Amino acid sequence: MIRFVSLRLLRALVTVLAVMTFSFVVLRMSGDPAEVLLGPDVPQNVIDAFRRQWGLDAPLWRQYLSYLGAIFQGDFGLSMRDRAPALDLVLERVPATLMLTVPALILKLGIGIPAGIFAALHRDSAIDRGVIFLAILGFTIPSFVMGLVLVLIFAVTLGVLPSGGFGTWQNAILPGITISIGGIGIIARFSRSAMIEVLGQPYIRTASAKGVKWHDVVRGHALPNAAIPIVTIAGFMVGSLIAGAVVVETIFSWPGIGRLLIVSVSNRDLAVVQCILLLIAAVMVTANLIVDLLYGWLDPRLRTGTAH
Amino acid sequence: MANLVEIRDLRVAFDGVAVLHGIGLEVAPGEALGLVGESGCGKSVTWLAALGLLPSKASIDGSVRLQGQELCNAPRSRLERVRGGRIAMIFQDPASALNPVIRVGRQLCEALRLHRGLTGAAGRAEALRLMDMVGIPDARGRFGLYPHEFSGGQCQRLMIAMALAGEPELLIADEPTTALDATIQAQILDLLARLRAETGMAVVFISHDLGAVAQVCDRVCVMYAGRIVEQGSVAQLFGHPRHPYTRGLFDAIPRLYGPRGALVPISGTVPDPRHPPPGCAFAPRCAHAHGFCATQVPRLLPQRDGRHLACAFPLPERDPQRDYEDALT
Amino acid sequence: MSALIEAEDLVRVYATRQGLFGRAVPVRAVDGVSLRVARGETLGIVGESGSGKSTLGRMLLGVDPAQGGVVRFDGAPLPDKGTPAWRALRARLQMVYQDPLAALDRRLPIARQIREPLDIHARGDDAARRARVAELMQSVGLRADQAGRYPHELSGGQRQRVVIARALACAPELLVCDEPVSALDVSIQAQVVNLLRGLRGENGLAMVFISHDLKVVRNLCDRVAVMYLGRIVEEGPVERLFAAPRHPYTRALISSVPDPGQPLKGRIILQGEPPNPAKRPPGCAFYPRCPQASGICRAELPQMRATGQGCRAACHHLDGADPVPQAA
Repeated sequence: MIRFVSLRLLRALVTVLAVMTFSFVVLRMSGDPAEVLLGPDVPQNVIDAFRRQWGLDAPLWRQYLSYLGAIFQGDFGLSMRDRAPALDLVLERVPATLMLTVPALILKLGIGIPAGIFAALHRDSAIDRGVIFLAILGFTIPSFVMGLVLVLIFAVTLGVLPSGGFGTWQNAILPGITISIGGIGIIARFSRSAMIEVLGQPYIRTASAKGVKWHDVVRGHALPNAAIPIVTIAGFMVGSLIAGAVVVETIFSWPGIGRLLIVSVSNRDLAVVQCILLLIAAVMVTANLIVDLLYGWLDPRLRTGTAH
Repeated sequence: MANLVEIRDLRVAFDGVAVLHGIGLEVAPGEALGLVGESGCGKSVTWLAALGLLPSKASIDGSVRLQGQELCNAPRSRLERVRGGRIAMIFQDPASALNPVIRVGRQLCEALRLHRGLTGAAGRAEALRLMDMVGIPDARGRFGLYPHEFSGGQCQRLMIAMALAGEPELLIADEPTTALDATIQAQILDLLARLRAETGMAVVFISHDLGAVAQVCDRVCVMYAGRIVEQGSVAQLFGHPRHPYTRGLFDAIPRLYGPRGALVPISGTVPDPRHPPPGCAFAPRCAHAHGFCATQVPRLLPQRDGRHLACAFPLPERDPQRDYEDALT
Repeated sequence: MSALIEAEDLVRVYATRQGLFGRAVPVRAVDGVSLRVARGETLGIVGESGSGKSTLGRMLLGVDPAQGGVVRFDGAPLPDKGTPAWRALRARLQMVYQDPLAALDRRLPIARQIREPLDIHARGDDAARRARVAELMQSVGLRADQAGRYPHELSGGQRQRVVIARALACAPELLVCDEPVSALDVSIQAQVVNLLRGLRGENGLAMVFISHDLKVVRNLCDRVAVMYLGRIVEEGPVERLFAAPRHPYTRALISSVPDPGQPLKGRIILQGEPPNPAKRPPGCAFYPRCPQASGICRAELPQMRATGQGCRAACHHLDGADPVPQAA
């Protein structure tokens, strides 16, 4: 058990390190922050001074090493724009994002799973086809289209909800729904196919053959097995708590991590972008770790070996 | 004696494709009946249909009576009382027939609670007794294990224990030994025969293995393409098969003793149920087929020697005079 | 007769992990197996699951590398897997598996698949390859008009014929068949068994026929080797060995085969199940289930000894036990 957990932890660390390295290199290859921040008409010596000040004149590998060294001391660097610690800027925005993504996650799981299972239990019925249709609609429409359509209906036409902004709970409704709809569709489809797969297994027939009532077959025999694959996709959704709102926050001008990311990328505010990407990677990796541990808990075949 | 189960003109179709074309058979209390045939002949479907265990896309017609109580298309609640209670069923692949995420002890106790109202310590004690009875070593220590911690043979023993939990009058064993190794098959066949003797329950033994059927059963039905083609006692059928298909099955099996010549296969393949031949389903593969066979479906009719046959040109009845001469030489 | 293929003291160890958190445990799937197959001879290998018979079959072809021992084909050790020499040798050594649908490519018509080995090993020109495919299809009993069919359009028996035709394409000298008829219905199984019977000894073709079905092995093979937990426990000419098995396991195995007309009573029914190969008992692996086991069986591994008429068995109690002929 300890061996297993430490192995997974190591793998998680390697993943995070890879993300850090990748974002570091790509960001520095894709444009010069000095030009972006200082504007086009600045004399060369100002640019040079700026680059020296931020250490951008050193060779890439030296920049990388000092970045890594700082990270391990808990120093995520300063924002080039605000001169404030990047970590503080990022953490300040986390609550706003979670205000959108946590309710959205609850909606995704709370509507998606029951809808998928209900469809599986009524396979090929009109209800089933309706669920599939809505699910496909949900995850094929891009969130920026969905968001604009919702704004058009509820803000522009009906005028019942604000089209953007932040502050009251009414502001959160449209972006929240926009984020969740695609996820509900994905989870519904996934739960449906997981459940259909399980319902076709011989042990379900065994349970029926021994006289278990149908709803107990579903609850006691099918659901615990269907839960195993559903946990994977749910874990993936948990992993997107931070990263899943980039587009929607921009559409609804919601002051969360996503909007900070967009602004910082266009400003080449290296420390902030790197800090956000690191946070996203850490959340993803943690979610995967939890899924792995849940697997062991849900599936006894992974917990113990063959003992005969 | 009144029959325990009577099946009359049972028909099953999947999405409009008929796979059972009117099966009639009866099971007497305590009897062991074998159901033999190749894959797709409908031997398993017959009993899954009888217990309402087929998927909902199957359309079922006919009558299945359990001592006068109609089961065919019966309401779910009636079927749920019968299943596992009066009629229990075990399946081919024991390892996947047990729920992988539930401890075996709990799976056993569930059956005991449903059909005998045993819960708590009483249920546990009875479950342990059943595990002992079917030959699970160290039942107490293994009560809380999961199915994957048992071998295939032990999983089948657990399935049998679960089937016995409801003290059924009839056990349907659907290819119970096919997925098991030879020495384990022998153990399971032995166990089934012993349990039948101890409990007096009837057994329907579904198998493609003529040898295994001969060991367990008194009476045998041979099925082909959704119909019973020959029915009789084990001695009759195995001593002198009369339907060309039954005969063909015997000739196709290599023997463990005697000469080792080339086998006599049945030519061709089983007909596609979507395009069944107009007459006898076996006619395209039959060496004895005449014009009649290509157009008319033969009915299953009683013969002088007590067996039932569905064939217009069966192999001749055994000649007592020739038997006598054979015995002399 | 000179051996076409000869295995000496083969050992194959797998590391299996027990569960998600477990440590890797070494399993000796094949544990010191020696055998030889002459040109034109058919050797049957029987045993239950976990006996190592399939692993042994793959080792004979060099698909599974041996951790110990050596396989000699035509006098020379098998080259390592993946080397050009090994690939060239594949034309002379072929394998047929249990599941023909998995062995065939769903997207290619069967004639193309039968032809593939001819293309790989560059045998003849286009016309010669066409002619060879037609000849092969005919010899395994496939109709010429089925050439353009896809695997899913054929029955199980026909698919297995395609696999056999493909294996025969380059006129191999050795065919290793792993349960080739087990997935087939009785009436179809007989067709394929007869096909294999016809191939035996044809142009010196040798065959290793791995099966759990003793009846088919007896019908098809010249000699048979019985495996239990990675070791050969008895071997000999098939009729002799089946009529008078000397090893207690062989006796029980033969006795457990249900034969129509043979009653259940009087059969030897073994207690228990084969032990987990990862927890192989010391001494004779069969002793926990053996009705004749004594002290020596727990302590000492029995060696193969000649038991007469070309048979050999590995049991400490061969002398005490009478060779009980099985009732015919």
